[in-house]
Amino acid sequence: MKPILRTEKLSKHFGGLRAVDRVDIEVRPGEILGLIGPNGAGKTTIFNLISGFLRPTSGKIFFKEQRIDNLRPHVIAAMGVGRTFQIVKPFSDMSVLENVLAALGHPFYPELKAFTASYYSPAARKEAEEILEKTMLARYAGARAGDLPIGIKRQLEIARALALKPSLLLLDEPAAGLVHEELEQLAKLIGQLNSEGITIILVEHNMPFAMGLCQRIVVLAHGQVIAEGKPEEIRKDPKVIEAYLGHSAREG
Amino acid sequence: MFGQYFITILILCGIWAVLTLSLNILTGYAGQVSLGHAAFFGIGAYTSALLTTRYSWSFWPAFLASIIITGLVGGFLGLPSLRVRHDFLVLATMGINFVMVGIFKYVDFFGGAMGIINIPKPSLWGIVFRGEKFLLLVLVYLAFTLWLCYYLSRRWAGLALRAVKSDEDAAEVCGISVARFKIYAFIISGALAGGAGSLYAHFLGSIFPDHFAFAESIVILSMLVFGGIGTIRGALLGAFLLKALPEYLRVVGDYRYTLYGGILVLMMLFQPMGIIGDKSWLWEKINAWLGRR
Repeated sequence: MKPILRTEKLSKHFGGLRAVDRVDIEVRPGEILGLIGPNGAGKTTIFNLISGFLRPTSGKIFFKEQRIDNLRPHVIAAMGVGRTFQIVKPFSDMSVLENVLAALGHPFYPELKAFTASYYSPAARKEAEEILEKTMLARYAGARAGDLPIGIKRQLEIARALALKPSLLLLDEPAAGLVHEELEQLAKLIGQLNSEGITIILVEHNMPFAMGLCQRIVVLAHGQVIAEGKPEEIRKDPKVIEAYLGHSAREG
Repeated sequence: MFGQYFITILILCGIWAVLTLSLNILTGYAGQVSLGHAAFFGIGAYTSALLTTRYSWSFWPAFLASIIITGLVGGFLGLPSLRVRHDFLVLATMGINFVMVGIFKYVDFFGGAMGIINIPKPSLWGIVFRGEKFLLLVLVYLAFTLWLCYYLSRRWAGLALRAVKSDEDAAEVCGISVARFKIYAFIISGALAGGAGSLYAHFLGSIFPDHFAFAESIVILSMLVFGGIGTIRGALLGAFLLKALPEYLRVVGDYRYTLYGGILVLMMLFQPMGIIGDKSWLWEKINAWLGRR
């Protein structure tokens, strides 16, 4: 099967720092791929490269066989690549429903109908409500997004990304700051989205969470891929233990 | 029916209400703070004044041309907003205002420091628009502006502008081209202010570069801040109250720039949402009172 996303010798240098260094990743359609590694390994930089917020220093990115490393973030989003932010970015002064509507409008924005069609349409509202239902946010629909607790804000980021009807979802540490029940709920949601056919790349620090969800894991250190495989293989890999688990064990 | 003085004040209030509403589209909706709005006002006024005095256009096509040209120039002057954010944009728009006034003042084509005089009153089928008739013209344009603001706030484009104001990165991941919508806001805001400039030029009959100086940008901004940034009702109230007050109270009139500056400082300190903006003290009280009844 052809990969849905592929990077080719992807590199991003900041001055002398090689944040991402000749990274080749292939994401298979329908999988949940984990991207793990110690702080500063380049995980978020890779997300920023894929979603168009950063231009690669060298290398290429292909989404569904099409090169996307020279496209603007809003174009990549409209192609069906949804993403969330590690530091959540809700539209604070909007309601939860309006946050989702903002992303539901993506087919309108490049065209004149952005100025002619009303977003107060029953059809759009219904669609937004369905997404809130699915992400268990229905009871917050009218709440101001900025007032929500962090766990709900993280869910809202996912809901907003779903409004793009994505085929690929980039989740940047969705479990950070969540308490136990919220973690279970999140795992269930990610599993459900995946079973509906959405390919997911998950950057995660919470190891048990990532190990439990991902079918395959890529381990990064110092901007390079140091290991790749099933969670149980990764767990035993001496390079990973040294670079990542050993590191975090010393930390903790 | 009304005294001539009263009509004059209403005309000025109406023109400044359009200016405040147009700044609100840029600052209140799209979040692009501008300290150079008087530049758009001036471009509109000069376009209309030049076309009617030097090229003998009649008012109506000149009015339309002011709207179109200021809209286009607005879109062009909005380009810095794509590269700089927030505080730097404020400085850039301020600079643009000074450059504009400089051009009006020192380029002979624009009449220099002597400005442009003998700008004709609008007329149609032999009817000359002055006094009440000119007021009617201003009110029709104000009504159109109000309708446009309301219309825009209910379209997808309006939602996109709010998203851009709230968080540019998040807007991009929702499929919103931040650059495109910022430029849209500059175009619409500029076009509306350009129309106001045209009306002002034909109302006064003569215009000078200093009418459109930086101080006027501060006046427009303080009207918006006073009423409540982001709301149509706030922009309207701010413009009418702060335009009429210095005219009626001689004491206030002598210190008008102190008043406008002081309002900016006090509002930022105590009521950043404005007198009747969303979440302002008074608006919450009004809503609570309406809710109880």
